[in-house]
Amino acid sequence: MSVTKPLPHDAARLHVTGQARYVDDIPTPAGTLHLAFGLSTIPAGRIATMDLTDVRQAPGVVAVLTAEDLPFANDVSPSAHDEPLLSGGTVHYVGQPVFLVIARSHLAARKAARKAAISYEETTPILTIDQALAANSRFEEGPRIYIRGDPKTAIAAAARVIEGVLELGGQEHFYLEGQAAAALPGEDGDMLVHSSTQHPTEIQHKVAEALGVPMHMVRVETRRMGGGFGGKESQGNALACACAIAARLTGKPCKMRYDRDDDMIITGKRHDFRITYRVGFDDDGMIHGIEFNQMTRGGWAQDLTLPVADRAMLHADNAYYLPHVRIESHRLRTNTQSATAYRGFGGPQGMVGIERVMDHVAHDLGMDPVALRQRNYYDAVEGGATPAPSISGKMKDNCTPYGQPVEDFVLHGLTAQLLDSADYAARRAAVDAWNAANPVLKKGLGFSPVKFGISFTLTHLNQAGALVHVYQDGSIHLNHGGTEMGQGLFQKVAQVAASRFGVGMETIRITATDTAKVPNTSATAASSGSDLNGMAVKTACDTIRERMAEFLAGYFQTDRATVQFADDTVRIGDEALPFAKAAQLCYENRISLSATGFYKTPKLAWDRIKGEGRPFFYFAYGAALTEVIVDTLTGENRILRADILHDAGASLNPALDIGQVEGGYVQGAGWLTTEELVWDDKGRLRTHAPSTYKIPAFSDQPQVFNVALWDGRNVEDTIYRSKAVGEPPFMLGISAWLALSNAVAACGADYPALDAPATAERVLTTIGKLRDGV
Amino acid sequence: MDITFLLNGESVELRDVSPTVTLLDWLRNDCGLTGTKEGCNEGDCGACTVMVQDQDGNRALNACILFLPQLNGKSIRTVEGLASPTGDLHPVQQAMIDHHGSQCGFCTPGFVASMATAHLNGDTDHATALAGNLCRCTGYAPILRAAKAAESLPAPAHLSDFILPEILAGGVGGSQPPTGDTVQPETADELAAWYAAHPQATLIAGATDVGLWVTKQLRDLPQVAFLNRCADLQQIAETDDTLTIGAGITIARLIPVMDRLHPSLGKMLRRYGSAQVRAAATIGGNIANGSPIGDGPPALIALGATLHLRHGDTRRQIPLQDFFLEYGKQDRAPGEFVDSVSIPKQPDRLKCYKLSKRFDQDISAVCGCFNITVTDGTVTDARIAFGGMAGIPKRATHVETALIGQPWTEDTIAATWDAWAQDFTPMSDMRASTQYRQETARNMLSRYFLDDLGADVSVQEVRA
Repeated sequence: MSVTKPLPHDAARLHVTGQARYVDDIPTPAGTLHLAFGLSTIPAGRIATMDLTDVRQAPGVVAVLTAEDLPFANDVSPSAHDEPLLSGGTVHYVGQPVFLVIARSHLAARKAARKAAISYEETTPILTIDQALAANSRFEEGPRIYIRGDPKTAIAAAARVIEGVLELGGQEHFYLEGQAAAALPGEDGDMLVHSSTQHPTEIQHKVAEALGVPMHMVRVETRRMGGGFGGKESQGNALACACAIAARLTGKPCKMRYDRDDDMIITGKRHDFRITYRVGFDDDGMIHGIEFNQMTRGGWAQDLTLPVADRAMLHADNAYYLPHVRIESHRLRTNTQSATAYRGFGGPQGMVGIERVMDHVAHDLGMDPVALRQRNYYDAVEGGATPAPSISGKMKDNCTPYGQPVEDFVLHGLTAQLLDSADYAARRAAVDAWNAANPVLKKGLGFSPVKFGISFTLTHLNQAGALVHVYQDGSIHLNHGGTEMGQGLFQKVAQVAASRFGVGMETIRITATDTAKVPNTSATAASSGSDLNGMAVKTACDTIRERMAEFLAGYFQTDRATVQFADDTVRIGDEALPFAKAAQLCYENRISLSATGFYKTPKLAWDRIKGEGRPFFYFAYGAALTEVIVDTLTGENRILRADILHDAGASLNPALDIGQVEGGYVQGAGWLTTEELVWDDKGRLRTHAPSTYKIPAFSDQPQVFNVALWDGRNVEDTIYRSKAVGEPPFMLGISAWLALSNAVAACGADYPALDAPATAERVLTTIGKLRDGV
Repeated sequence: MDITFLLNGESVELRDVSPTVTLLDWLRNDCGLTGTKEGCNEGDCGACTVMVQDQDGNRALNACILFLPQLNGKSIRTVEGLASPTGDLHPVQQAMIDHHGSQCGFCTPGFVASMATAHLNGDTDHATALAGNLCRCTGYAPILRAAKAAESLPAPAHLSDFILPEILAGGVGGSQPPTGDTVQPETADELAAWYAAHPQATLIAGATDVGLWVTKQLRDLPQVAFLNRCADLQQIAETDDTLTIGAGITIARLIPVMDRLHPSLGKMLRRYGSAQVRAAATIGGNIANGSPIGDGPPALIALGATLHLRHGDTRRQIPLQDFFLEYGKQDRAPGEFVDSVSIPKQPDRLKCYKLSKRFDQDISAVCGCFNITVTDGTVTDARIAFGGMAGIPKRATHVETALIGQPWTEDTIAATWDAWAQDFTPMSDMRASTQYRQETARNMLSRYFLDDLGADVSVQEVRA
């Protein structure tokens, strides 16, 4: 069977030869026009006057549009209808699209877009968390609060209490391919849109609204993205709508791609957070009660801020049983880019909160931070067994703060295996010895586990469709609603299809995501791609397979149960037909060889207002141990070694899954170390290019990098018992930040309380505080 | 102007080329060769990397900040031209497939071009060769595995048999008289004459800075001289007393010289931009643009460098440190250009410390270069210069004074505390705060002291 094989990415050969086409690579008809937005230069206020004469007269300009020129909906928001394509007069952040240039070349459009003369009536912007709290500027009426038990009493009764605050920065996606779209007008009002998007159906929906037509007149095709990471879940809407509107108005194909600086200035990023905590625990390190207050800047429009903030609350426990817990969440509206989905979708931020607490408690008790974590883990229950008594002797009810039972908690065994393979005890002693001997360079070890909930928390999104054709020559056309952004989804799903029909991979043709083939799809997000689409494809394949089997059994007058699909052959009793022959025979006997498949995730029931229920089908797990070295003269640091053990269930493709784990770790470590977003007091993003925003480069990978998959299978009935793997490994990078904290802690007696991103400057500043005893 | 070059083995002649069309735009828009990608359009991500070959060897360059006239007489290989004419993949291409080195694939053509260039050059220092290629998906581990796997495999013949003599010998791309608004002089004399007559023109050597004027500031450049064919500006002359470096010497060519004379500088220059940037950027450009955060000037000032300037037939020399007058202002007359920079030969006491948010391919927050002579335990000379601490590359004269004549001890270093504040009041920006710059600059002197004692002091030296 093809599943479980470590096959290369389906497009690997196209990637390495430059033949893989992205939106901007698709040949366009002669006369294609190019677009660029003119952007606001103030964070808050009203447009007083706008003189676009010079823009219109710039070389190569065909037309210039403002909000008044838009024929139908001026909205590109995913949900709340609060995000105009072009400002209608009010300006909400520096970089907001104000007008649209349509020109004969990309460069001509960019040049013209800078020639506007706009005056503003500025108002006082709300830029920071403190300003937003003071102004009560938020997206919901007040904070959302989840409570279990009686945390106040539990904390008051605890032997020890500590509290703290953590500042946690956002993150630019820095997909290597910037946002891009192209629209080709068809006959009678049809519109074909190529979009670099994780969510073709939403593009279709928003384009239809923008054109004032039903969705059936808009077709969206997405073959691949050059990276997404959540940044193409909703942020592509503006480009696609702009292209479609311009194409409708001019009758010409229109294309738009953001220059990198524009991309970083216009589009949303990961939500930054401030998290305060107060925790009561005993002398053995058991947490008795805890209170979190999570505050996040959502930017100017709602976008996906509510579910992101929800997920941060839902991961405030990470892997730990918290008997009495209160989580308060403030979703703040600020005059900055509208923060959006980013790998982990709030989960990482919630998780960093509790990992900070674990780090802080361990430091307070002088306890080994790994042992402290193990003590607070949910109980080991694998395969749905009754919870065992915890180390403390008390029975944990093993339910999350929101009441979902944790039914397959594998982290006890996984952690033990990782600590053993990574030689933790000996290295802990070696690091301590190094630090005792070296005054300038300090080492640190950081451990963090991951328990990440899999499913969209908006339950209705947990559905997927597929379309499979078997042609009369036995070749198979595969389509589903998921999008390919590098994660290898298409390859995994093709492996499922090949396995169902018992054919080789060359028999399966993977095709571009297309809203005309599979409708009403959800975004490829929440790590759900292979879970949802793999199952939908399996269903479609099995429908065809069953029709073929039934017919062939009758044709050869044998029992249906004898029909088997394997090794490119269909065996029917004593007969054996090559799959292609079997397909031809079915065709000639008028058997339908095309089928759709549909899947919806079972068992979900979630009330997000009460914070109760089962938002997740299951959890994915992993753990990482990172060793760093820090220069206490400059704060510079390196990751010396990272050891990771990650739970991908019964992996559909171990090579692709390890790729997700390695890449996720480095991206997560980047978020918490060198990737710093800086806004000035005028609301201008100062880090809007790779010259100033530093994602990990080649030499930032761990010097020694040991990554393995946990040998397990999903207790839930997922596709071949695999587990989702897109987001969970991102949070393994938290261990790098904890390792830095550990190294800094060697510089003094106090707890470092290291904020993130822990840039070299922040590390040195924190060392300074410890050395001064402040 | 008219140019001739080889593109994937085929001869290309272009007439009346605009001086500011980038190779990337031309490949993608005019040739339909869309394998080469635009990731950032400023030379920071490497997605547009191509291989450029000429008589000096094989270089990986960023096509997004490479203007067409710079390619006159060269051979270019894009990702489409790396597989053999019969379709056999290049060893690095096959290794990238076998080791799962691509995920989204968008950075992959640039990686493959960088890897193929390093492979052809027999360069197995992959971290240095690939520091200028960003990947957001893989975390780089599988790319490193692929690069290692391809090391021992032979380079395909078609990458080494390009017909350069044919290009150099003639066609429209041969020598053209330097007249008009866009010129490509063959000698410094030609340049001097033309520039004296066109003093408002822009000189372009590697275009790693001017490239961004065009791609980001969207500036037009009405008068341009491309310097890359001025062979006499690309000489390194060495006597017993002096090392003279032509303004057109790239950072890449400077590295082996400095590895021999001042190894710490050689090491720092490996973190100057990226392989692609170092192969294009010149020391003359790094000086002449007057940036306060260039990494070349502080080191050269610490070495006591002299700058050689030329206007027409008039030549003059000044101490390099005097060239930088204030932010954005240099001691350079219109029509005058940097001819060379020379440094006195001396015992190596130089240490260079580059501090940036990320180790590789990052602009310095602080670049400190220390050249301190200690005789019998006493500091007898000190030249200390910094980038990132002022509006210009600047010497720490008060600190130097506080050191000279003092015993070479920790107490002496501690006693320089006040002098630092007299020398520098650095700014806060997105790279670093004032306080961090001040503190680390001071600490770099401690670092130099520890270095001098032979203590193991760099995190980059520590192995897991």
